[in-house]
Amino acid sequence: MLENYLPILIFIVVGVIVGGAMMAFGFILGPHRPDTAKLSPYECGFEAFEDSRMKFDVRFYLVAILFIIFDLEIAFLFPWAIVLKDIGLFGFSAMMLFLGILVIGFIYEWKKGALQWE
Amino acid sequence: MTEFLQTIFIGWGLPESLAIGLTILLQIALILGVLFAAVAYLTLAERKVIGYMQVRVGPNRVGPRGLLQPIADALKLMFKEIIIPAGADKKLFLIAPVLAMAPSLAAWAVLPVADGWVLADINAGLLYVLAITSMGVYGVIVAGWASNSKYAFLGAMRSAAQIVSYEIAMGFALVGVLMAAGSLNFGQIVASQQGEYGLFSWFWLPLLPLFVIYFVSGVAETNRAPFDVAEGESEIVAGFHVEYSGMAFAVFFLGEYANMILISALAALLFLGGWLSPFQGWTDSWLGQSSIIWMLIKTSFFLFLYLWFRATFPRYRYDQIMRLGWKVFIPITIVWIVVVGGLVMGEIGPWFAAA
Repeated sequence: MLENYLPILIFIVVGVIVGGAMMAFGFILGPHRPDTAKLSPYECGFEAFEDSRMKFDVRFYLVAILFIIFDLEIAFLFPWAIVLKDIGLFGFSAMMLFLGILVIGFIYEWKKGALQWE
Repeated sequence: MTEFLQTIFIGWGLPESLAIGLTILLQIALILGVLFAAVAYLTLAERKVIGYMQVRVGPNRVGPRGLLQPIADALKLMFKEIIIPAGADKKLFLIAPVLAMAPSLAAWAVLPVADGWVLADINAGLLYVLAITSMGVYGVIVAGWASNSKYAFLGAMRSAAQIVSYEIAMGFALVGVLMAAGSLNFGQIVASQQGEYGLFSWFWLPLLPLFVIYFVSGVAETNRAPFDVAEGESEIVAGFHVEYSGMAFAVFFLGEYANMILISALAALLFLGGWLSPFQGWTDSWLGQSSIIWMLIKTSFFLFLYLWFRATFPRYRYDQIMRLGWKVFIPITIVWIVVVGGLVMGEIGPWFAAA
């Protein structure tokens, strides 16, 4: 059972090594001739006005928070979906109730304008 | 093949654990070799297909009909300087491309291409793919943060929000497939699409809205046109990888294309019956047999759709993308999950008939 997961572990390690090796190749084979103009952050020829890690729209946070709620929901739905044929009407209606509560929350956030971008 | 290789290695006098490890490494090398070749020629195919759609020839100088172009590109990128901009967080800057690429490679560990042709035939195959592909977003956001460039930062913010939004729609679409198939294992998902009606037995028909949403979300997930605001050449120049050059850029690129192939292969497995023949049950000749060729044809079809979309649609505006993801796709998928639930509970045939 668990030995099925060994190739996956090795594959992940190989994936990281391949990525690292390609970058290393680039460093070994490519030239290194840095100068001030080349290393300055790209901003259409302007001197940068402010720090580039600047303030950003709070809506990105909002999307992240909503994402966590819905992604958890999917994590709950996954095992339920697999055994749906075995758990019968009770299991089905329990999940429908759960989905219903989620949909009420979804409608609320929609009406509040949390999904509005302009 | 696994046993064959293992017996050879043990025959050489290697201990069993080493033989197993070597076998796995060889299989991984085979998968990665094929995948890299596919990525290389996908880039050529993209330029050729879009070229012909715009009534020009595309690359045709390197090798016969431009066939050596990807190799020339790879060599060129290898000999370019990797620039690390001043003020960049050097460590994160170099880790980011690897973070973006490694998951899109690792996901291939559980993906079968024909019946039983899979490296790790695990029960939780689809769950693993969903988990590992969502790691890709870290690469993007780390790259944007580490670059110390406003364009990269904006591109990363946009891209991260877009990817997580469409991941929800995609997850819901996958839940529909799971309900229909009753398994997370790819082999069993494909097997449950087997039927006497050929291509009408596959899940694309009962799950049509989920199928469309899955693939469109897949396009958004990989930041491809028409949802490529993360790159948006004309507004934020190239988004999160504007400061990357040479091999560092190539690694990002490789991850993106490996992801495209992954999404296409998944679409073929989950909705179009993977290696099953579309004529199954209609004819007993070779046309009705399932084989890897069908899988390749289906995957290529979805890859062609990617290129077709890019040549056809103008880029969406960012607010339109978020509206489509949250206000159109999520409600439709929730409704269709309830519908599929009803179909499965009612054992409506031919797809959900009691076994």
